[in-house]
Amino acid sequence: MLPSTLTFMQQLVPVLAALVLFLSFVLLAQARPLSAVHAFAWQGALLAAVTVAVAAVSGHGHLYVSAFITFALKAVLIPWMLHRLIRRLALDRSVEGVASPALLNMAAVALVIFSYWLVLPIVQHESGITRNIVAISLAVVLIGLLMMVFRQQAVSQVIGFMSMENGLFLAAVSATGGMPLVVELGIAFDVLVAMVLFGVFFLEIQASIDSLDVDRLNRLHEREDESP
Amino acid sequence: MAALQGVLYLVLGPWLVGWVRLVKARLANRRGAPAHQPWRDLVRLFGKEARVAHTASPLFRIAPYVVFVATALAAATVPLVAVELPTAVIADIIVLAGLLALARFFLALAAMDVGTAFGGMGASREMMVSALAEPALLMGVFTVAMQAHSTNLSSVVSHQLELGLVLKPSMLFALTCLALVAVAETGRIPVDNPATHLELTMIHEAMVLEYSGRHLALMEWAGQVKLVLYGVLLVDIFLPWGIARSFEPAALAIGLGAAVIKLALLGVLLAVAESVLAKMRLFRVPALLNVALLMGLIGLLSHVILEAGA
Repeated sequence: MLPSTLTFMQQLVPVLAALVLFLSFVLLAQARPLSAVHAFAWQGALLAAVTVAVAAVSGHGHLYVSAFITFALKAVLIPWMLHRLIRRLALDRSVEGVASPALLNMAAVALVIFSYWLVLPIVQHESGITRNIVAISLAVVLIGLLMMVFRQQAVSQVIGFMSMENGLFLAAVSATGGMPLVVELGIAFDVLVAMVLFGVFFLEIQASIDSLDVDRLNRLHEREDESP
Repeated sequence: MAALQGVLYLVLGPWLVGWVRLVKARLANRRGAPAHQPWRDLVRLFGKEARVAHTASPLFRIAPYVVFVATALAAATVPLVAVELPTAVIADIIVLAGLLALARFFLALAAMDVGTAFGGMGASREMMVSALAEPALLMGVFTVAMQAHSTNLSSVVSHQLELGLVLKPSMLFALTCLALVAVAETGRIPVDNPATHLELTMIHEAMVLEYSGRHLALMEWAGQVKLVLYGVLLVDIFLPWGIARSFEPAALAIGLGAAVIKLALLGVLLAVAESVLAKMRLFRVPALLNVALLMGLIGLLSHVILEAGA
């Protein structure tokens, strides 16, 4: 079908999905924790917008509810919690060096191509406007994973994890028209609890090794009074 | 007709630069020179004697002509008022990029020819910027070309006209990519400051520092035409409405009016952007162009993933 035959909402869905993917790249390139949190909040807001657009196109009423939950949780509550944590740990001025940003970006592009290649046989059997978004959501998941692998700061790793969850949610919305509301609520609370636990872990790590650089967790710590 | 359009580019070049300067001056609460001031400057420079350094080789003398002719030729292939021009059929977007690269190559050669420190410095900076901008330009252009299944600018524009107003992710990314590249290539503010003569920051100005008289006029004129060329490229591909598709006088008049209005609006936009942004550190420029390349790549990918199958 020609793009010009689609309605405005139907045109909006892929645009918003592409912007979600773009924000994954933005997240990957952020050196400051605070700007990464902001980018994450934008991704959550865009995800909610995609959900609303899909709801309007497909007519699934319950998607409005999940869009609302997504917005409240991923665009407001979790970024706010992260924000507070970063302030409390005095990380808001810290800059995390990425070894080679250009190489990381190229790796992310390769992941997008890989996920497209991976879902190609799946989407050929499906029809509908949202089928092409499956590749995008898989790419968002993989880029979140890449971010978790390549970042040293615990905060950025958590943001990578959260953005992986965003990708999974996008896949659910686009491939199956959203999960049942019970499952969705369960996942939402899981993510929230995970966030709280991460917060506790941050404080714990900070207290024991005086830094959130997880590379330093690899080293064994000796206590002076036990050394001969 | 094609020749007329080429001449139109040459006429519009100084006007656009003057217009941008005027809007910038007004934004800074100054009265500003009238928009035809660059024209007066050009006329004055053409009347002056051209001085050439003792150490200059013949290349230094022919470089302005090569730069000017290559830029003007490149401009003649971009549809400004009407599509389906004879010149537009000969050359596609890749030839356009090649012509601009030729102009830049001679500009850099001439800058190094005299052997002053500034010339060499400007040339090396310009080469750095352009080496990074060119892949981004090609990526953005390929995204657009894949939509139309053609690298020919005329057919791209016709394709866009037939499609009507459609929201497409790949076009959004391509627009951002090409806008960033255009800013870098024409030496506007986040990358290069066209109004500065401060040694540490200038790129384009450093290269034409040794020129005077008619040589300088040609170089400046070529730069101004290049600005119009990139502006027209942006508005043509992404907002082609109003361009004439036949050679009737009425359609041509509408096309001319639309082109002038679009360019004027783009000039205002550029002036506002230049007024609110600060110039970037030179070593931040690769990051900016990396973003442009990434935009082009994502645009290409989102075209393949989201649109091609639909």
